[in-house]
Amino acid sequence: MVVKQKLVFHFPPSVVEQPIIYRLVKDFGLMVNILRADINPKKEGRLMLELSGSETGYRQAIEWLHREGLKILNLKQQIIWNEERCTQCGACSVICPSGALGLRRPEMTVSFEEDKCIVCELCLKACPARAMETLLENDA
Amino acid sequence: MGKEKTYEEINQKIRSGKAVVLTAEEVLELVAEQGVSRAADRVDVVTTGTFGPMCSSGLFMNFGHPLPRIKMNEVYLNGVPAYAGIAAVDAYLGATALPPGDPRNRSHPGEFVYGGGHVIEDLVAGKEIRLEAHGYGTDCYPSKKVETSFRLSEINEATLYNPRNAYQNYSAAVNLGKKMIYTYMGILKPRMGNVNYSTAGQLSPLLNDPLLKTIGMGTQIFLGGGRGFVAWYGTQHNPSAERGANGVPKAPAATLAVTGDLKQMRRRWLRGLSFLGYGATLQVGLGIPIPVLNEEIMKYCAVKDEEIYAPLVDFSRGYPYGEGDDLGLVSYAELKSGHVQIRDQRVPTASLSSYVGAREIALTLKKWILAGDFTLTRPAVPLPSVEAGIKLQPLPRRNPYPGGM
Repeated sequence: MVVKQKLVFHFPPSVVEQPIIYRLVKDFGLMVNILRADINPKKEGRLMLELSGSETGYRQAIEWLHREGLKILNLKQQIIWNEERCTQCGACSVICPSGALGLRRPEMTVSFEEDKCIVCELCLKACPARAMETLLENDA
Repeated sequence: MGKEKTYEEINQKIRSGKAVVLTAEEVLELVAEQGVSRAADRVDVVTTGTFGPMCSSGLFMNFGHPLPRIKMNEVYLNGVPAYAGIAAVDAYLGATALPPGDPRNRSHPGEFVYGGGHVIEDLVAGKEIRLEAHGYGTDCYPSKKVETSFRLSEINEATLYNPRNAYQNYSAAVNLGKKMIYTYMGILKPRMGNVNYSTAGQLSPLLNDPLLKTIGMGTQIFLGGGRGFVAWYGTQHNPSAERGANGVPKAPAATLAVTGDLKQMRRRWLRGLSFLGYGATLQVGLGIPIPVLNEEIMKYCAVKDEEIYAPLVDFSRGYPYGEGDDLGLVSYAELKSGHVQIRDQRVPTASLSSYVGAREIALTLKKWILAGDFTLTRPAVPLPSVEAGIKLQPLPRRNPYPGGM
């Protein structure tokens, strides 16, 4: 079984300087695709990435990461499209870099495909109606 | 040439449930199939709509007096200042007003999370609003301060009065510069990263009556989900803008001042907006019914996105400083397709105005008319159109203290 999952790692300051990605590749045989990283020496860090590999490798890696003190979230649960607030203008569609937010034509309705979202958060402030929200929850 | 219809004949049909009403989108199919002449005979009313950010919007209020009475000369609603330079407990809240403590663009781009437009949305949603008012105290109005809270239903009047709405056409914005810019046309990425535009095109009220043959002072309209009226022509009204053979302007042209009772409007159609790096504003839902009095009116209502052109304007230098080259025109059909070709570049497009909203407004207005309880109004006074020769003037620049200062 092959697993493919987008995740957000929250690093406590104590772990920030460890070669986490190297371990994921070397010890657990996972493929790592980094979507976004914000990691500063001696400070908390945040890393968004896509992991793929065998189910066993993935499961063991997650267990190991938890032991190391990382907080792990499912990435797709982080950006929420509040449809009730959305006025369907489409201003977000040219700001979203991954194509997760777009316009269905010819209907001209806004669409949000969560699995394409890379949680760059650009839409949060680009939406004039503030219909895009972020939510941190659900440990993987 | 088909026969002429009068407002009275159309209203008679509306009241007896026999009127044929189509939206400005629906009518295109009919005209394509049967031609303008037959469509003019068959259709009585064409409904239009637009749902976009309209900064020149605001609300007149009368709060009622506390005891002892007060002459309010400084008013805040949820911290947002309203203009109180009118009678004692009257004030005007503008859509772009910001709380004194808002950081504006001090940390650029500013977020403008809550402004006048948001207060109007909260009011119409029935939320409780904090009121803080200051006066200087007079013999007849002794109070110097009032702090309270109220809901829309608890104040005497709340009259939306928007000095400039429903712009007839608008520029499409690009950024030719090298860095991201934050404008009232949204976020514009460098090197023509995107084109932003803002009208409902073929559904837009004033693009369906380009020469203002039917829309005038007193015209009953859909405003913010309720009924409103055209009060006058809007500020910056520029009917002399260059027009195509179909009468449709190729630049921002006519505008409307509109008014209506906020108490019968809906939150769905009055929404507070925050434009990153620019400011707060209000998204206004507005729709106008057009009586198909004759073939000529039908021809105007049959305008398609392919036949409406917007000027491309550079917002890095062209708009703010008046520099740079003419970038030409682009049709709404191209803009709505998602990409336009400018010079050698394929540029993605986005709208700030909601086409889905515009369509829903036109359909709602159609429903109201079909139900027989929304009739058409013959304008009390026509609005100045092309023949008025109105020209936009820039601000005069001269020494305001010629005597020396």
